[in-house]
Amino acid sequence: MSIQFNDETFRDDYSFYNSERAIKRFPFPFHEDSYMYSVNMEQHRGGPADSVYEKRFDVDEHYVAEMRDRAMVLADDPLRCQSLPHMTLAGWDLLELIMVSKSEDYPDLFELHRDGNNWRWINKPLGIDDSFVFLDETTLPYGPMEYITRQAQGDFCVLDQRDDNLWMDAGMVTTQADWSLDFDIGMNFFEWHAPVPLAHEKGIFVRALKFLLNIQQGAPARRLNWTMTVNPLLDTSPENYHKWGIQKTTLTPENIGAKQHLRVELQTFFRLPRSNALVFPIRCYLCSFQDIMTVPKWGRRLHRVVRDLPVELATYKGFIDNRPMMLDYLKNFDDGLETSAGIWPDLDTEPPLQT
Amino acid sequence: MSKFTFPESIKSRPVYGTLAPRDGSAHLLVADAHGAEAILDMATPEMMAKAHIIYIPKGEAFEEDLRALNPASFYSGPSYGAAEPRLRKALQDAKMGLQVYLAGTEGLMGQAQNEAMAAGIPHTAIQTEHRGSVARRMQCVHCKGITEDVETDPFVCSHCGLNLFVRDHYSRRLAAYQGVRVDAEDPGNVPAPKGIYE
Repeated sequence: MSIQFNDETFRDDYSFYNSERAIKRFPFPFHEDSYMYSVNMEQHRGGPADSVYEKRFDVDEHYVAEMRDRAMVLADDPLRCQSLPHMTLAGWDLLELIMVSKSEDYPDLFELHRDGNNWRWINKPLGIDDSFVFLDETTLPYGPMEYITRQAQGDFCVLDQRDDNLWMDAGMVTTQADWSLDFDIGMNFFEWHAPVPLAHEKGIFVRALKFLLNIQQGAPARRLNWTMTVNPLLDTSPENYHKWGIQKTTLTPENIGAKQHLRVELQTFFRLPRSNALVFPIRCYLCSFQDIMTVPKWGRRLHRVVRDLPVELATYKGFIDNRPMMLDYLKNFDDGLETSAGIWPDLDTEPPLQT
Repeated sequence: MSKFTFPESIKSRPVYGTLAPRDGSAHLLVADAHGAEAILDMATPEMMAKAHIIYIPKGEAFEEDLRALNPASFYSGPSYGAAEPRLRKALQDAKMGLQVYLAGTEGLMGQAQNEAMAAGIPHTAIQTEHRGSVARRMQCVHCKGITEDVETDPFVCSHCGLNLFVRDHYSRRLAAYQGVRVDAEDPGNVPAPKGIYE
């Protein structure tokens, strides 16, 4: 299906919007009426037609606008994209993975022509047609990781694997949930997750690391994570927190439906062939509360999850102060009916809101 | 001076030990202020015969005691920045079997550890012992400027002037803890500063 790309912004006037199609395919992250950390990994081998799971790297209506926003973030702060010197080969691995995947999964949008190491890459939505020599950095305008991730939605962490650990040694991070690549680069798996509450004690990271260390080529994995963001702001970085933090105080009972967004990360994990590095794309999807409420099952469930979330998690995810106002809004969409299992909207089978 | 016991913290926060002499072809010891006492507590004549001590007194009076250990090479300098070229040279010239010992404030140990790592020594092979001030070396996550010897939380960034709270999240690469604006969601509402461990 061909995609109409939105002309929209993720800053200033926040003209971002989700079409009806985008709302229906939003990766709602709660498979039941409550939430707690778990090692919720599954194989990343497709999914229902037109879902965000279907393709290896989902391209949606926000693609062009997100790439424009990324370019602005990088112009303001080039430290959002860094690669330690030993990670260049992994960058080429990543470039190959994305180019091959996108040209196979979206042949109407992307083309890759290969003649030995002489490659030609055509990206129609962004108007790019570049010829270069694979593994020769001098033939690209940026390093390989930066080049391809300026053309791919979501943040990308490229993790080196050594000493039975994963090391955050390269990344393109402009749409992050409040963590700093510039600060965390070079850290191991436990160190960069250090600020996360409760999960260490539950053994989550030990088990997750064990799983990730064993990911094989051609067998990628995925999970969903989530947080809350006021306004459809992609760049919720600590670097700019002194500017965007204040926006959290602009919620009112009148504007909360439009302004408060559920922020979902589709995290995927791919083993890279030459470097044996692991790439960890973190794709951000935003959906306003009022759009989520158009799916009755999601309305019921979101109210219950937000209401019952432990204080530590609501604090860590940065919405403890706004939780009472959220609940005042969300409770109007919870009629107490049971909800079906799983994350899908189930519009044909779940009853409309009873009033 | 008694040693400070740091409270339990998150996994990115460094943990320090107690220096102990190891067999080695040479010994490089870097310390500031009360870090001298950690060296004095473990030094042996055999070790000192192959030792290079780099010391930044920061107003403390241990220099003569350290000199009296008769290290093969001794340096006392006014600041870490002043000592850095010498430290780099020592690491550049290092041979297999060099033992590295760091003692004193977290800022000193973190920066010297970074230099040693840049020279190819894994951080897990470097001994550290905290002594003296519990002040921290802080990076402002907003302007990226480093403020040395931060004793209170919150504190004022010495570069951009924002009021920052002191996190336990630590970057070995930057040899610094992270400071984040404390009043971002309520400008002007800055809590009264108190000692980091109070």
